[in-house]
Amino acid sequence: MDKNMPEPDAYSAKIKQAHPEAIESVVDFRGERTLVIKQEFLRDVCLLLRDDEDLRFNYLEDIVADDMLPEYPRFAVNYHMCSTINKHTVRLRVPVDDPDDGPETVASVWPIASWLEMEVWDLMGITFKGNDQLRRLFLPEDWQGHPLRKDYPLGYEEVQFSFNWELIDAKKPYAKD
Amino acid sequence: MGLEQKLGNMGVVTARLEDAVNWGRTNSMWPILFGLACCAIEMMSMQASHYDASRFGMELMRPSPRQSDLMIVAGRVSRKMAPVLRRLYDQMAEPKWVIAMGDCASCGGIFNNYAIVQGVDEIVPVDVYVAGCPPRPEALIDGIMTLHEKIRGESMKDWA
Amino acid sequence: MTDGASPGENDRPIPASDIVHELTVEELRAKYGSGLVITSEDNMLLSMGPQHPSTHGVLRLLVELDGETVVNLAPDIGFLHTGVEKTMESKTYTKALVMTDRLDYLAPLSNNLGYVMAVEKLLDVEPPPRAQVIRLILTELTRIASHLVWLGTHALDIAAMTVFLYTFREREYLLDIFEMCAGQRMMASFFRPGGLWRDVPEEFVPAVRNFLEFFPAKIADYEALLKRNPIFLDRTKGVGTISADDAIAWGLSGPSLRGSGVDWDIRKAYPYMGYEEYEFDVPVGEKGDIYDRYWCRMLEMRESLKLVEQALDRLPDGPVTIDDWKIVPPPRSELGRSMEAVIHHFKIWTEGFKAPEGFVFQRIESPRGEFACYLRGDGSPKPARVHFRTPSYVNLASLPLMGKGVFIADLVAIIGSIDIVLGEIDR
Repeated sequence: MDKNMPEPDAYSAKIKQAHPEAIESVVDFRGERTLVIKQEFLRDVCLLLRDDEDLRFNYLEDIVADDMLPEYPRFAVNYHMCSTINKHTVRLRVPVDDPDDGPETVASVWPIASWLEMEVWDLMGITFKGNDQLRRLFLPEDWQGHPLRKDYPLGYEEVQFSFNWELIDAKKPYAKD
Repeated sequence: MGLEQKLGNMGVVTARLEDAVNWGRTNSMWPILFGLACCAIEMMSMQASHYDASRFGMELMRPSPRQSDLMIVAGRVSRKMAPVLRRLYDQMAEPKWVIAMGDCASCGGIFNNYAIVQGVDEIVPVDVYVAGCPPRPEALIDGIMTLHEKIRGESMKDWA
Repeated sequence: MTDGASPGENDRPIPASDIVHELTVEELRAKYGSGLVITSEDNMLLSMGPQHPSTHGVLRLLVELDGETVVNLAPDIGFLHTGVEKTMESKTYTKALVMTDRLDYLAPLSNNLGYVMAVEKLLDVEPPPRAQVIRLILTELTRIASHLVWLGTHALDIAAMTVFLYTFREREYLLDIFEMCAGQRMMASFFRPGGLWRDVPEEFVPAVRNFLEFFPAKIADYEALLKRNPIFLDRTKGVGTISADDAIAWGLSGPSLRGSGVDWDIRKAYPYMGYEEYEFDVPVGEKGDIYDRYWCRMLEMRESLKLVEQALDRLPDGPVTIDDWKIVPPPRSELGRSMEAVIHHFKIWTEGFKAPEGFVFQRIESPRGEFACYLRGDGSPKPARVHFRTPSYVNLASLPLMGKGVFIADLVAIIGSIDIVLGEIDR
């Protein structure tokens, strides 16, 4: 339960003042506040959140990408941030329709974002405009595909029980040297 | 290695020679520093003073593959790490042995997915598998003792 | 550099993509983009490769050296990528818990706590008071265990080998305590959604009290070896500094952030699990060099001892799991008596409990910094998306800042001081 949340409309009011069409909706679930922001306004909203004297969100905690396959829009990028000065927290959620045309990078607002966006691109495939450091971080350089997407297979090997032991053993590539 | 070829199968002399060489090989095996993940911490616990590995001659863990003869693959091997593992194994000088420590090295462990090699025996030939997640230091020592027994049973035909 | 194996020697040909080949400067520049800008052709590019005695796991650093001075560096990670997040999506909530231990394998109960608290937040249940206090005790003991390993390996990198042997000796005592509760030394998975796996045995409280008695003398031992040691001071004071503003902008957290003078601890800022009722201080450094980070962690060990003592004094009696059999399996004694218990037991162990739709983000203070778990449920018994915000991944981004202009031997000390665990980084 976030005890440090300010009044319900404090952030929304400031953002509505500056960018009236930015907020799509506000979700309150289990004591956490989520602002669903349209993709075009993301960087401006982040700048406002970081620089406004009452809000001062100077600490970007995490960028999480979500794949909700049967639903539309398919992807969503969550930005979790907090303020070390006022101890507020908020989550911005940006629905992304086309993964190759993702939101603009917020690396100019918080430098750590370039590193966090690298992970999102590597595993989920959402390209952030303006971030030229998007490269394979976790996977080998020549890997095709983005594993965390829902349509990417888990890639597991069939478990060897006693009834299919020889069958799988014959196909398993053992090192011979 | 020419001595064994010249002596051939001369009975008592070669048996004694086998014993001596095998004894020498087991009593000061130097492992290569190859701790990858959680099993590495238990391997370090084995090196520390509580479960002393120094009594087996293994207090030196050499980072260089040229100077070591035992590779304890401790931890999960991902697909990116697999070529590195193979390269290090190839750089080790004969005689060399491999212990697959833990479930992830033996069979992929709890991670049955795209990123983990399902058992390090797909990459290097393994002599001893030690089960556990992570195996206790005593289990690893048991694995090392099993390897010692295996080496003591080797004859001249297996060497070269 | 000669290659150890040529492709023709093995029976099975190695595909070209499997061979790690040497890259020229142009190829590196093309591949790594502006992450690693090679400033001059005269500098040497060194790959402190994945197998290295001091990189605390399989971390590869591409270091551009001008003689012995580091001009630029870029971390190359992914050698331990396990696909934990994807694998957890195919397992039920309880089965996925086992994987969280293996992320930050030096503080496994702390990862358990982050995930279990996220699940409980999603389900909107709160564990009983006895479970909360025992969780706090075990989490703080895990913090001490993790700092002991950090101290041992950090001192080992700076060539103080005795500290390594001492700290692992103390750690064995803590591992005995974990084994007494959960049956496993390291990967305990003791915290479950709804409380704990089972109640702690009777030897737990005397064992912890015994630990509280002898441990302060041991911390004094470690300090006697390091605190006034001129070699240690020379290697750590003034080296690897990072300013407070840089640290916040780059998302540093935990003792690394507090060493730079920022008073930010999740246990104080967003208290959870009852931390607001205990009295403890948060040590804050000044200059942000290696020595301050070391000092923060040593003081944190003492603060954890204080917390454990307070928690032991107020350990209440009562159940350790909530009373809802839809989430927590019923005790085995009930299975013989009640049909309801059998049905719930069956449903939980085959299908698992269903979580409501929605997403939560739970942050805790792990020994390395801010550990957070993003969990999205979609009404099914398996999590739809799990993501861990691990402190080591984010702390590693500050390494290029701290490492510019130092000698390569100092780089080894800096890596040790930000206390990274590769299992956490690569997930």
